[in-house]
Amino acid sequence: MTTVESAPATPVILGGTRGGPDKPTLRKDRWWVSPVVTVSVLTTFVVYATWAAFSNRNYYVGADMHRNLISPFYSPCLTESCVPGSHPATVITWWTISPALLILIFPLGFRFTCYYYRRAYYRSFWWAPPACAVADAHVRYTGESRFPLIVQNVHRYFFYFGLIFNVILTIDAVRAFQQPGLGLGVTVGTIVLCLNAGLLWLYSLSCHACRHLCGGGMRTFSEHPIRYRFWKFVTPLNARHMQFAWMSLIVVGLTDLYVRLVASGTITDFKLF
Amino acid sequence: MADITMRVWRGDPGGGGFEDYELQSQEGEVVLDVIHRIQATDAPDLACRWNCKAGKCGSCSAEVNGKPRLMCMTRMDQLPEGPVTVAPMRAFPIIRDLVTDVSFNFEMAKKVPAFDPAPPPEGGYRMQQIDIERGQEFRKCIECFMCQDVCHVIRDHEENKPNYAGPRFFIRFAELEMHPLDTNDRRELAKELGLGMCNITKCCTEVCPEHIKITDNAIIPMKERVVDAQYDPVAWLGRKILRRHKLTAEEAADRG
Repeated sequence: MTTVESAPATPVILGGTRGGPDKPTLRKDRWWVSPVVTVSVLTTFVVYATWAAFSNRNYYVGADMHRNLISPFYSPCLTESCVPGSHPATVITWWTISPALLILIFPLGFRFTCYYYRRAYYRSFWWAPPACAVADAHVRYTGESRFPLIVQNVHRYFFYFGLIFNVILTIDAVRAFQQPGLGLGVTVGTIVLCLNAGLLWLYSLSCHACRHLCGGGMRTFSEHPIRYRFWKFVTPLNARHMQFAWMSLIVVGLTDLYVRLVASGTITDFKLF
Repeated sequence: MADITMRVWRGDPGGGGFEDYELQSQEGEVVLDVIHRIQATDAPDLACRWNCKAGKCGSCSAEVNGKPRLMCMTRMDQLPEGPVTVAPMRAFPIIRDLVTDVSFNFEMAKKVPAFDPAPPPEGGYRMQQIDIERGQEFRKCIECFMCQDVCHVIRDHEENKPNYAGPRFFIRFAELEMHPLDTNDRRELAKELGLGMCNITKCCTEVCPEHIKITDNAIIPMKERVVDAQYDPVAWLGRKILRRHKLTAEEAADRG
């Protein structure tokens, strides 16, 4: 008897007339809404982040305002030009332009190679495809099997760097409870920085590479009970990766904006208690 | 009085076009019911493939209003106002009307090496539930091939078909790769059969009638396993060191 396993593979026959009309899509719903929203939000973020990274001012609220708030775009502030109080002991002297440009490559690389964001920008910017059952906009397609898109496979390394940044931004959030000259307290800025750090942790822990490294790569969970527990912990988070990706992106931009407005004196960082 | 318009694709490899059928709606009908009524009243030669009418055989896949759906699971009262378009699956060659030639999928199935367990130990195989529950999700596949149909890699690029297995077979790869008793390493073959071409736009997950998380639970884990094997220098170094340790232990055992 011939089985699927023993049957010889025959070449796939190409061509053949396809059914249905030769139209890009027959969909009647508003499939274009999602790409439009994605393009709008991502473009807004990229334009704002680029401006914020190059502006090189109003990124730190220090002792003169009895606060300790630093923008996530500028933390860790490692160059000599950083505002006093905003940088740790170690400084880089040879970097003369905005300190944000030195560090943003890591969080941006993490997001750029993220499996969710790849889906979002392949659909909305690259139109490959713009929506399900809507024609791809390209004549040829090789996906992520060749250079340059094969480089997306470095995602796990950006994940490792992202963890370092999460630790730093968590320390920033804890330090925001210090109000120089006033002692410890909670302000709106403290809550904003804590929310930002929390969402970045949720975004990182829900990452597909994190899920794989926690235990998804195992063939047998029963032989690795601790990794299985990690995997069980991150799996429900992974199901909400898209939500965490959007929330953390928007909040990190708003956190920078908040610090910027306080540092420039446009608004006051209201003290809660 | 007729209150619904069904715009059904009629044709064969020689060509075709949409034909409209006016019918009166009936409560609780699904698209397949209406297609059967058209067969019974207006077009006895209308070809469509169907079997269970319960969303379990995967035969009645078609594109309803442009989206891949099982006709037997698509309720008429949940479709928007206006004519309902029913067309055959776009990714496969047409045979006639709503019936397509899905043999591409069966050819690809032959390329997936079968389950290959080690010889059973004394007392037989034993597996724990936590080791097999991931693969059980993929066993729900009813082979409706809508994930294959919606995947733009072959839907819009016919030339990719010989080198691209498609989402249905990536879940098969994942199922076997995660099976505690299987001994094959399918990562290289998954790469050869186009895993890298998938750009994870998740359309396969969106259309799956069994709600299998094809992208999150099968394709991305397989991509990460391929990264382990091919693109991660730290993982490569780790394997080298572990292999050296293993060889050293085996050498020590050989020496008694």
